[in-house]
Amino acid sequence: MKSGASSAITVPTEAHSDRTDRLSPWNPFWARETELDLDSGRYVKIWQGPQHPGVTGNMALEVTLEGDVVRDCKTHIGYLHRGFEKLMERRKWIQCFPIVCRICVPEPDTNEYLFAAGVEELSGVEIPVKAAWLRALVLEMIRVASMTMGLGGQAGAYGLGIVGQWAVVHRDYMLDLFEELTGGRVYHMYILPGGVRQDLPEGFSGRMEKVLRMFENLIVDIEKVMFDNAVFKARTKGSGVLPREWVEPFGVTGTTARAAGVPLDVRKDNPYLIYDQLDFEKIVGGESDIYERAFLRKEEILMSIRLIRQILKRMPGEGPVRRKLPNVLHWQVQAGETYVRAESGRGEMGYYMVSDGGEYPRRVHVRGASYTHAMALLEQMARGQSIADIAGLMVSLQTCPPEIER
Amino acid sequence: MSLKDVISPFYAWKKTLDKPYTIKNPIAEREGAERYRGFHTNDVEKCIGCGTCEEICQNEAIDMVPVQGADPQRGDSGLRPKIDYGRCCWCALCVDVCPTGSLGMSNEYKWVTPDAEEYGFIPGVDIKPWNGAEKGYKRSDEAWLLRPGLKNMPVVEPEERRQTFDEMALGYNDNLALLEANRCLECGICVEACPTHMDIPQYIKAIRENRLEDGLQILYDTNPFSESCGRICTAHCQDACAMAHNGDAIGIRWLKRYITDNTWQRRDDILHGDNRITEREKSVAIIGGGPSGLSAAYYLRQQGYTVTVYEKHDKAGGMLRYGIPEYRLPKAVLDREIETITRIGVQLKTGVAIGGDISFEQLRRENDAVYIAVGAQKGTAMPIEGMETPGVYIGVDFLDRIAAGERPDIGSRVLVVGGGNTAMDVCRSSVRLGAAEVSVLYRRTEKEMPANAEEIEEAREEGVRFDFLVSPVRISRLETGLRVECRRMKLGEPDASGRRRPVPLEGSEFTLDVDSCIMAIGQKVDSSMAHGTDVHITRWGTFEVDAETLQTNVPGVFAGGDCESGPDDAIKAIADGKKAAWFIAKYLQAEHN
Repeated sequence: MKSGASSAITVPTEAHSDRTDRLSPWNPFWARETELDLDSGRYVKIWQGPQHPGVTGNMALEVTLEGDVVRDCKTHIGYLHRGFEKLMERRKWIQCFPIVCRICVPEPDTNEYLFAAGVEELSGVEIPVKAAWLRALVLEMIRVASMTMGLGGQAGAYGLGIVGQWAVVHRDYMLDLFEELTGGRVYHMYILPGGVRQDLPEGFSGRMEKVLRMFENLIVDIEKVMFDNAVFKARTKGSGVLPREWVEPFGVTGTTARAAGVPLDVRKDNPYLIYDQLDFEKIVGGESDIYERAFLRKEEILMSIRLIRQILKRMPGEGPVRRKLPNVLHWQVQAGETYVRAESGRGEMGYYMVSDGGEYPRRVHVRGASYTHAMALLEQMARGQSIADIAGLMVSLQTCPPEIER
Repeated sequence: MSLKDVISPFYAWKKTLDKPYTIKNPIAEREGAERYRGFHTNDVEKCIGCGTCEEICQNEAIDMVPVQGADPQRGDSGLRPKIDYGRCCWCALCVDVCPTGSLGMSNEYKWVTPDAEEYGFIPGVDIKPWNGAEKGYKRSDEAWLLRPGLKNMPVVEPEERRQTFDEMALGYNDNLALLEANRCLECGICVEACPTHMDIPQYIKAIRENRLEDGLQILYDTNPFSESCGRICTAHCQDACAMAHNGDAIGIRWLKRYITDNTWQRRDDILHGDNRITEREKSVAIIGGGPSGLSAAYYLRQQGYTVTVYEKHDKAGGMLRYGIPEYRLPKAVLDREIETITRIGVQLKTGVAIGGDISFEQLRRENDAVYIAVGAQKGTAMPIEGMETPGVYIGVDFLDRIAAGERPDIGSRVLVVGGGNTAMDVCRSSVRLGAAEVSVLYRRTEKEMPANAEEIEEAREEGVRFDFLVSPVRISRLETGLRVECRRMKLGEPDASGRRRPVPLEGSEFTLDVDSCIMAIGQKVDSSMAHGTDVHITRWGTFEVDAETLQTNVPGVFAGGDCESGPDDAIKAIADGKKAAWFIAKYLQAEHN
């Protein structure tokens, strides 16, 4: 333990800017560290979290400050551990589907999809075409909802609370549509092995269009208030820069990677469902600062809105949405292992699943973007930042603590 | 940084003029969406308390509890789901799996009460505003997690089977058996419905897990005629099966047969390979070597009693042998099954009639207990004119002759009278004897027929014609063949059996010219061997017993099977045998102390 009663802690020797060139997973700069003398009176240690509006969930940052500047940051999780991966080993295959959505509160559907896709791949179940379109639809809907809320959080971290309020209100309009389509508001339990629960309700496209227009108007408002805002620009431009070279060794994905100029998007790189039939491009930036990441996320929302329109327009009209499974009470999924992945709002989400041929999963491992972004990466990026910018940095890395602690 | 960036954020003030986004009074004004998954609804009349919802609930939010008004009865456990909303996650797996479709969800999501206990309630039973709600989540057939269709048993084609008495059902192969076993919910509703309470879910599970030896053990725990029952059982279990509410019942009978088909060669080893019977001193005599007598013998012998079975015919098996044709139950199957019973030490004395060769009193003197299981083998003649005419047969006697190897010449036009399973056996045997035109006359309608629907269907496939609401009134002899005068009937008020009584229609007489006429209208008990003893007999000729223990008025004398109840099915006889064995053992032990 380096914290607590100990009077000294260690931090990396080199200055932040020097680290990029020698970066290698086999020679990590964070292994070479020097001690901070905590008794010297120069440092103060504070805890940001586990209860703190800036940590977007239950997680703690143990921050050592010199004046306003963060010299060391340790991330602590465990406040929200629910043990889903282990629980699944004691649940029949079908019984897992209501659990997985709880792994990420703002974006449950990606989990539902990945679990279903993994089981389907292991057991060789093919889903009806229409179900694939409906799955893509809810995945894009939830991207809009969760990234809008994330944008609100980003603004909120810099004191622009009004954007957060607008975002949450608009997310609720999307949740209304989820309620109509899936029968659930926050946890939809809509995508399940074999397909989806139900087809679109009558007149859904029309109501969806109305909500999408509201979102488009919201984005215009947000541009005015947040992106064309002198204070926001001053605080975020050039702040929290993620060097492009860090993307690979840290396993950074999603908009965070794209903002650094690395064009990673699972929907394009490894198309699943019907994404190969949709017309869209990766959105890639280059500045890699907090502003850029927020900006890209705004653009992604607009892209998801366009994708929803495409999907609703091109989706087959009639057809089954669910395939019959073997009796789910005794369903034995063929032995094997698989890794399935999808693009969530925060980056690549993946499920590694193993079946030993029994009625229960042998192992389910969830790979979420938050784990890589918010644990090791945040610790490194926080150093040299002002304490006031830590919350903004954390949000910009798209951290969802529930997803870390599955 | 431009001036625009300084001014632009003030745009936020414009929003103060917007209409509020929030709903003023959401509890009153905002209803859940049409398909919202809110609090559960349950059609308690439709619900059979199978507990599949409880089984699938991954939160253990559901408990099956007894409720008033839903009394346990065949096919209904009398339990209903109680849902703890502190645990429920609204995933609706319970709704999607419900075999009867009784469970649903309303779109109501608000329930305010200061009492925490009230968050667990029994949908449909506890009065809630959303009971019977139209809106909410109801599972569609597409969303149903279960498979309604039975895996059909491969059978010989009707054309081919008309020609032969060979067995028609070919048995499940491994794949079919596994698929069918997989449909089982393990709810156990069937166990109560089975007269001998076979542990059906467990032996089906054994098939799923490819533990056929265990499966056989489970079968023989409650039924020593499992191989025969796998073919001819009337399968009350399938009538009660939860899956039958929205599809076909599980093929329980065929699955039972699958276990025995695959284990009969090793049966003695599996069942009695390593357990030796501890001998006891007492002895039991059993009158009648049918399913009931032999079942009792098997279970008594397993407990170590000396058991002797007296059978009047040359071979044991009772109605299984003499009442059921070869194409449904091959004699070889029955023989080897009886062998399993005799091999553990049951002594079988065939060709011995009690009351003739040995007196009933003698049996009582020489044994510590007697079990009477003589069945109901005496065919009933119809009280009409012309019953003695040559060419008129009694159903059971007719089957008896065929079983003994005879092939009576019945001509090409055959009339069968009756609507039970015997009538079906008779008409289908007639087809196999070469009769070209076989008709069945029944005085009620198809709905009231006691025969199994499957039997009726198979008879139709084989070309048997059915004529309902007809009864013969007189039979006379023609130069070639018979003339049967018939009368049409209509249904009147329900009688004691609950079926509507047939009433003759005046002036509806007509005649049928046939070659032979077979009466399969019921059987009677031949209780003559107990005449002159102090064992009570009812006015129908059946033995009077204590309903619980099967003991007659004479201590140590028990009776069961058809001779106690009148003609019934094999599984009831087996159940009585098992039950009698239990109470005889209890009687013998009490006597000993």
